[in-house]
Amino acid sequence: MRLGKVIGTVVSTVKAKGYEARKILVIQPVDPVGIFTGTSFLAFDAVQAGVGDVVLTIEEGNSARQVLQNDDVVTVKTVIAAIVDEIA
Amino acid sequence: MKLGKIIGRVVSTQKVESFEGLKLVLVQPVNERMESVGDAIVAVDTLQADIGQAIYFEVSKEASRVIEREMNPCDAAIVGIVDDMNILKIK
Repeated sequence: MRLGKVIGTVVSTVKAKGYEARKILVIQPVDPVGIFTGTSFLAFDAVQAGVGDVVLTIEEGNSARQVLQNDDVVTVKTVIAAIVDEIA
Repeated sequence: MKLGKIIGRVVSTQKVESFEGLKLVLVQPVNERMESVGDAIVAVDTLQADIGQAIYFEVSKEASRVIEREMNPCDAAIVGIVDDMNILKIK
């Protein structure tokens, strides 16, 4: 999993099969103290994450299907699996 | 899953048989400020995106499943067209 901060949302109506009815968030990778590292990417929200939240993302198809509890999202691979409360 | 911009089309007549009928587009990966990041790639487009349009694409096996056919060799595919983006101004 990767640590990231939600920095935005994507509005999109024309999408591939399996991508409907899902919020797509813009994720900026961060290091454990919150410093921005690397390039932003997109992920499916499965835990009602909001802009500003620090989250855990998974980039693997099988996990994505389990997280989204839906077998026909076979085209999805990147999902948000958790909102991070604290890194101690 | 990454943001990208369609910057061209790829036309090919001599190719593997299962590429027949697939639209191939040239995509420049970008960050949330639409700035180019890394090298351009070629992806399968089943959503009829236009040149210059902001899109998002997925890579690896999941991408190949955008092509709903038995034979679908492909490792990158457009999975959505961006209408709008709302980015937090904290960076």
